[in-house]
Amino acid sequence: MAEQIPFTDADRNDGVEPDMVDQNAAPASEATGSGVQPMNMIQALNSAIDVKMSEDANVLSFGEDAGYFGGVFRVTDKLQQKHGLTRSFDAPISECGIVAAAIGMGAYGLRPVVEIQFADYIYPAYDQIVSEAAKMRYRSGGQFTSPIVVRSPYGGGIFGGQTHSQSPESLFTHIAGLKVVIPSNPYDAKGLLIAAIEDDDPVVFFEPKRLYNGPFDGWHEKPVSPWKAQDLAQVPTGKYVEPIGKARVMREGNDVTILAYGTMVWVALAGAEHAGIDAEVIDLRSLVPLDIETIEASVKKTGRCVIVHEAPKTSGFGGELSALVQERCFYHLEAPIARVTGWDTPYPHAFEWEYFPGPQRVADALKSVMTGGR
Amino acid sequence: MNDKLSQKNSRPLSLRVPEPSGRPGDAPDFTHLSMDPAGAVERPDVATTPYEMRDHAFRLIRVLDDEGQAVGPWNPRLDPETLRRGLKAMILTRAFDDRMHRAHRQGKTSFYMKCTGEEAIAVAQGMLLSREDMGFPTYRQQGLLIARGYPLVEMMNQIYSNAADPIKGRQLPIMYSAKDYGFFTISGNLGTQVPQAVGWAMASAYKGDDKIAISWIGDGATAEGDFHNALTFASVYRAPVILNIVNNQWAISSFQGIAGGLETTFASKAIGYGLPALRVDGNDFLAVWAATQWAEERARSNQGATVIELFTYRGAPHSTSDDPSRYRPGDEHEKWPLGDPLDRLRQHLTVIGEWDDERHATALREAVEQVRAAGKESEAIGTLGQSRPSVKTMFEEVYATEDWRLIEQRREVGV
Repeated sequence: MAEQIPFTDADRNDGVEPDMVDQNAAPASEATGSGVQPMNMIQALNSAIDVKMSEDANVLSFGEDAGYFGGVFRVTDKLQQKHGLTRSFDAPISECGIVAAAIGMGAYGLRPVVEIQFADYIYPAYDQIVSEAAKMRYRSGGQFTSPIVVRSPYGGGIFGGQTHSQSPESLFTHIAGLKVVIPSNPYDAKGLLIAAIEDDDPVVFFEPKRLYNGPFDGWHEKPVSPWKAQDLAQVPTGKYVEPIGKARVMREGNDVTILAYGTMVWVALAGAEHAGIDAEVIDLRSLVPLDIETIEASVKKTGRCVIVHEAPKTSGFGGELSALVQERCFYHLEAPIARVTGWDTPYPHAFEWEYFPGPQRVADALKSVMTGGR
Repeated sequence: MNDKLSQKNSRPLSLRVPEPSGRPGDAPDFTHLSMDPAGAVERPDVATTPYEMRDHAFRLIRVLDDEGQAVGPWNPRLDPETLRRGLKAMILTRAFDDRMHRAHRQGKTSFYMKCTGEEAIAVAQGMLLSREDMGFPTYRQQGLLIARGYPLVEMMNQIYSNAADPIKGRQLPIMYSAKDYGFFTISGNLGTQVPQAVGWAMASAYKGDDKIAISWIGDGATAEGDFHNALTFASVYRAPVILNIVNNQWAISSFQGIAGGLETTFASKAIGYGLPALRVDGNDFLAVWAATQWAEERARSNQGATVIELFTYRGAPHSTSDDPSRYRPGDEHEKWPLGDPLDRLRQHLTVIGEWDDERHATALREAVEQVRAAGKESEAIGTLGQSRPSVKTMFEEVYATEDWRLIEQRREVGV
């Protein structure tokens, strides 16, 4: 189930600068430092776990290939060497076992951060996440809790085919008791992962793997710029917390609100630029809890709303967002809410760029809502 | 197709579906059970490798013989007071079950599950281990709470989902949670608690603690992937955990052969994972005690997990929603060759001169009184629907802190 495929080669073909995927590059593990360094997403996530492991002996990390080797995407690189074998270790290829063990550890009083190698492999752990972790506090009247983080590389755009590209967030946002966090940049990735580890409830933390090495904007035939040119890649080496449940306004605008998360944040920015429309782009950052205030204020200001996500349309999180906006902003809307999403098909390999919502589709949707909809 | 087969000179395949040895109307047939006489199975040193002791997965550890004497190397040599406490806890468990089963029939609750015939398991293990250790039970280990003196009235409050329910009316009756008594919140989804017990034990080992975990799963649920994931993790990380399989022969209406029990023993599942296995007469209080003690010593001395198959018989229906007369011989429980755990411990105590009919009658009366008193107290608070926690609590403890959705929805309900 956990076979490796050469993603980094695919990334390089897409123009990622080789130094951003150099597996020998030391991760940012200056947990006690106070400086700021340019980091890619991988380094920022690594730094978050490192910071927490350094300050709290109850934090430990495990997953398939996540120990000595540091994970197939290197997010847990060198944590074992730094913190020891019993704090960062390899797990059997058993997603159910990984999450169940984490639940048991959480009930004991630890704060495990486990890695599911790809979000596409999370389903064997689904019962443990949904029936156990999510309901632990509630069903035990608060006697037992599940302060665990389930991290998982997520989303498409890396030629991973249907088993390395899925976006299953709505299978988790539907479950009472879970929090669902999806960062779009290194700064938020670190601050949100630290917040997730400190959270007393179970957090499903999806890491858009197309963003690991650069802010991919969906123009797949163009070279991808590396993170280091971005303000949001200037990451403090020490500890900071980004609150779970607060959205980030990535671009202020007056004509239309775009709600997005993960890779689609960058696609949305590119789509707005391409369309030449003054869009307000909101990075939701966490889907549960959701920053409804920021969404509501923005849509009431712009009167229009476009929702963008990679996951298939039907029962996707965009449906929930659309309903919320309609319920709360109906009399402010100038046009029907539009959704730009993955199609209702399994994730295809050869047709990746037909499936993957790109800037052109976003631009088309923006133009459509600006003219009053279909 | 047949033409093609005959051309190939092959015989047609046939599908085997296992069937139990008896169905309603049949006489119970236990000839397929192989059982060692009491005292016959040797007791290996706890440091024995799983490979060296693999035969234990196919034997049956018994201490009490047909005359009620404790015999052989597994005799835990318990003092009479411990034995009497065990018997009284089993009597109380059965009295509690009878009362609550009746309460269901009287419409006082929606659901109940008895553990008739399996009392020795949870009672012995609950007495032996500390409440600092964590037990990850199924729905048939109420004896654990009762043996540890958990208030019966709290159990009833949970069963009635009344205003004093410790878990606030959120769970199906009997899905208790009692952290202070070493009793993990019962899931109801089968098998999920076993790998969690392994994780809890790993945490204890990681912290250099001295606590161990113990879990239970039924014969039927060993078919769940969670069970096998648990064994892998327990073996790989040498987790200090006791992994019990309560083989009570029936998973609702499916006999243990549907879970693979005809091909091998449930204890033997451990062998492939490199874990030691003990197969034990679950109706023999002393054998359960001794085997658990062996596994406990192994876990506490950092030698890892043990799988124990507790061979028993589910005397009662699966639950109040079940009718076993539709799928198994009516008198199969009565004829069970390993008897009844209460009768057998009573016989033993009597044989060694530490019990008699009068004391037994007194113990029964006291148990019924204790249950009745608790029942009165709980019913005064309310049976199902008569009283319940505040509706406001429905929205609480979904998260550590309610988010806006729950606050808005609570307001919508008007609480």
